[in-house]
Amino acid sequence: MRIALLIVVILQTGCAIKPWVKPYERSRLADPVMNAAGHPVAENYMHHVHQAREAMRGAEGSAGGGCGCN
Amino acid sequence: MQLIRNPFLLMAVLLLGAEVQAAVLPEDRFDLLRHEYDGGGMEIAGPSVLVRKSFADKVAVSANYYVDEVSAASIDVVTSASPYSEKRTEKSVGVDYLHGKSIYSLSYGVSKENDFEANSAHFDLSQDFFGDLTTLRLGYSLGKDEVFRSGDNTFSDEADRQHFRIGLSQVLTRDLVASLGHELITDEGYLNNPYRSVRYLNSGGGYSFQPERYPRTRTSEATTLGLSYYLPWRAGLHGEYRVYSDSWGIDANSWQLKLIQPLGQRWTLESRYRRYEQGQADFYSDLFPFRDASNFLARDKELSDFESTVIGLGIGFQFNKENWETFDRAGLHLWVDRFQFDYNNFRDIRVQTTPGTEPLYSFDATVTRLLFTLWY
Repeated sequence: MRIALLIVVILQTGCAIKPWVKPYERSRLADPVMNAAGHPVAENYMHHVHQAREAMRGAEGSAGGGCGCN
Repeated sequence: MQLIRNPFLLMAVLLLGAEVQAAVLPEDRFDLLRHEYDGGGMEIAGPSVLVRKSFADKVAVSANYYVDEVSAASIDVVTSASPYSEKRTEKSVGVDYLHGKSIYSLSYGVSKENDFEANSAHFDLSQDFFGDLTTLRLGYSLGKDEVFRSGDNTFSDEADRQHFRIGLSQVLTRDLVASLGHELITDEGYLNNPYRSVRYLNSGGGYSFQPERYPRTRTSEATTLGLSYYLPWRAGLHGEYRVYSDSWGIDANSWQLKLIQPLGQRWTLESRYRRYEQGQADFYSDLFPFRDASNFLARDKELSDFESTVIGLGIGFQFNKENWETFDRAGLHLWVDRFQFDYNNFRDIRVQTTPGTEPLYSFDATVTRLLFTLWY
């Protein structure tokens, strides 16, 4: 219970924290070059290529379906 | 206080509490992708079309249609079956709803082949915190596969899949963003490929085949750490490291570096290098010592010990026309990725020699993507 209350306090306090990167300082972060997955169709296809040939799956940021591979 | 005892309710209160507008919906766009994969005896090509449109800056709907035309003569096919052709189509629809600093996303997809059908539903929630420097994402997916076997009307089976995702991205400086994601996936049901076989030594000194046999459950966890850095000359450098393990005994990891470099106002160059390594499943063997050598049997090279590398290059061009009334801009992108796969315990049995001494298998592949985009 105390831990839950502590988390609530920290998060509520955190919401009031002044952001150390101000909104007007985020122009670089908003630049398209900072979006590694700027073209979702092309990116999802490449995830599919990897998923179909590797055992590793998950945490790649795309929703997959079946695979047309053998 | 009752609220605090329930962690899900507590999380819901924290996620829904803030009301300041900050999160934004994905862009309105139309994408037409032509994709091609050529390597290891497989040729797979087709289109993928995505349309996304938002309304009143509150709701965005999207639809995707994807096709794989497969012509298969891979090493698995030529050593134990006949080359074949097939078609896979995937259709999905989704809706995103923006509420304050939260985005709720729902999507549903169906993937069909002549011997396979997968249905899946996905729910994701994204929430900005701490002056929008932090974004938390939670997600859940539910899937159901139906598996059939061509030429065998008596066979059909099912598999159920569940995904649980959590992710955090954090603005660290005005040039650097970090992200951490974790996904747990559980499968239950028929997880084999119904056509694949394992080989085992027979009494004559040669080898014979028997069908693969996989466990009917699998649980996996993957964690990804990403960093994106804005380079001083206006370019984006993206690093990613992913680590994976599952209940079949497979451990894997990958890392990738990607550079996005604009050239002037219209051109963009992209390059990436990716390295992947995995260990084999507990029940994998290239050559079992005898028939039914263990409860579970696999000789699927995707479950073997191997490494792969990818080197990719891309070029993009953007059209901006001030007198376009319907569209903001358009773009054309071409990417070519070169894959190399090297297997450490999967042997090339097209070579006739003493079983177990055949050369290790390796192959390369080329993946080409051509994308036309309209933003409106």
